[in-house]
Amino acid sequence: MNPLVLWFHKLGSPPYFYRLAGRLLPWLWGLGLISLAVGLYGGLVLAPSDYQQSDAFRIIYVHVPSAWMSLFIYGFMALNGFIALIWRIKLSETLAMAAAPIGAAFTFICLATGSLWGKPMWGTWWTWDARLTSELVLLFLYFGVMGLYQAIEDRRQASRAAAFLALVGIVNLPIVHFSVNWWNTLHQGSTVRLFGPSLIDSRMLWPLLIMAIATKFLFAASLLSRARVDLLELEAGKDWARQVALADGDAA
Amino acid sequence: MSYGTSFSACRALFVRDFSLVWRRRGDALNPVLFAVMVVVLFPFALGPEPNALARISAGTVLVALLLAGLLSLDALFRSDFEDGSLEQLVLSPHPLPLLLACKIAVHWLTTALPLLLVAPLLGELLYLPRSELPVLLAALALSTPLLSLIGAVCVALTVGMRRSGMLLALLVLPLYVPVLIFAAGACNAAGQGLPVLAPLLWLGAGLALTLVLAPLACAAALRISLS
Amino acid sequence: MTEFLSMGGYGNYVWSSFAIFAIVLTLDAVAPLLKRRRVLRELRGRVRRAQKRSEETA
Repeated sequence: MNPLVLWFHKLGSPPYFYRLAGRLLPWLWGLGLISLAVGLYGGLVLAPSDYQQSDAFRIIYVHVPSAWMSLFIYGFMALNGFIALIWRIKLSETLAMAAAPIGAAFTFICLATGSLWGKPMWGTWWTWDARLTSELVLLFLYFGVMGLYQAIEDRRQASRAAAFLALVGIVNLPIVHFSVNWWNTLHQGSTVRLFGPSLIDSRMLWPLLIMAIATKFLFAASLLSRARVDLLELEAGKDWARQVALADGDAA
Repeated sequence: MSYGTSFSACRALFVRDFSLVWRRRGDALNPVLFAVMVVVLFPFALGPEPNALARISAGTVLVALLLAGLLSLDALFRSDFEDGSLEQLVLSPHPLPLLLACKIAVHWLTTALPLLLVAPLLGELLYLPRSELPVLLAALALSTPLLSLIGAVCVALTVGMRRSGMLLALLVLPLYVPVLIFAAGACNAAGQGLPVLAPLLWLGAGLALTLVLAPLACAAALRISLS
Repeated sequence: MTEFLSMGGYGNYVWSSFAIFAIVLTLDAVAPLLKRRRVLRELRGRVRRAQKRSEETA
């Protein structure tokens, strides 16, 4: 068999994934925290203040990476849900369901910081801007997936049902965005465009990109540690889980 | 299986579901009563001035009907799941999406159609401008089947649960957003004298797409929750 | 330093945004650790019960 395919099959086995994730986790946390520190220093100290928004624009360094992550994680969750439903890979079910709370956390950060940014810039905590509204619907979609997963007792059936809902959601997401855009133009002529055609200065841009990388690493680290625990719980009856528990008990 | 047998299965399903509804015809009126009550609450909350009510009338009727439909969704598979006939349906040799499409059609005819019939009355209670009424009815005629079809997929996911009411709302309402936007958009456009065809056409396109995809998705979801 | 903290008069908004970011992500990182402790405790209890049962039958 092709070594890559073989590795992929091996990855699907819970004990192998558990060990591999355990070895990767310190690296992911380390890289995430280092790039976070660099990004924050660049964004808060090195980047010059904006000529229109003064220092309030610095909220961009948490707001925009969170918005990117909220969409990226939904895509990741739906992709894993698709794999879980088609090939019935247990690991994909676990990864999809572990991603949902992290995605909801980033969506919440995006909405809260957006609101904190909107207050000084637009003079209001909330506007029914197309992007804000779509992001709110996205948060509800995350809550729906998590709620459905928690409501079904059988864990595997729960993750399959929730994965299916995530897939329905991803079909719906572009439609929601399109319809909200359409509704928005119908109601209010133009809202303040924060990132219009104006080109962003490269001294402002690089911390943003570093922050985007940092959030990716933090997502990966949180995802793997969640998936590890979920696998342990899911496979509680298996031998390897028992060995992990005993080894950990001796260490603690 | 030949076409004839699938067709007769659908017909049997229609007859069965209709007679079940007919035997409990009092229950079938509950969504209508609910929608009327919700609409009656609005003048109490906002005051009786005709101008204020007329401005929000179309949107209020849409939301009231949407909520009434949401409450009746739960009953779509409930009794069939409890008496085991839902599993019979899944095991039958006929294509499950087709059978589910029949069930959804019966559900729409028995819950959404009465709501559509009282919509003019609800509009009158809120001083809906006469010019908006045909547009509202057209938007409702296109959007209520959409709501039933989208809702059926989510109901299929929650079918085994004992208390699914609030969860169902959480699953369904984000998916309803586009439908509500286009239906209300058509009514608002009519109120401002703008062309109303575009949002209605969008609703029609959505209905055509959902009519094909929703029964398939509903069947897949049902197989997951009955596995 | 005070100039840096005031953020051109927008200090409240900027710092509360970064605080929300930090708090939510910290909670997100801590949640699996807490769950891990709970799961491991349950697992050890399960192993111990199984051992006791096998000793009684033996």
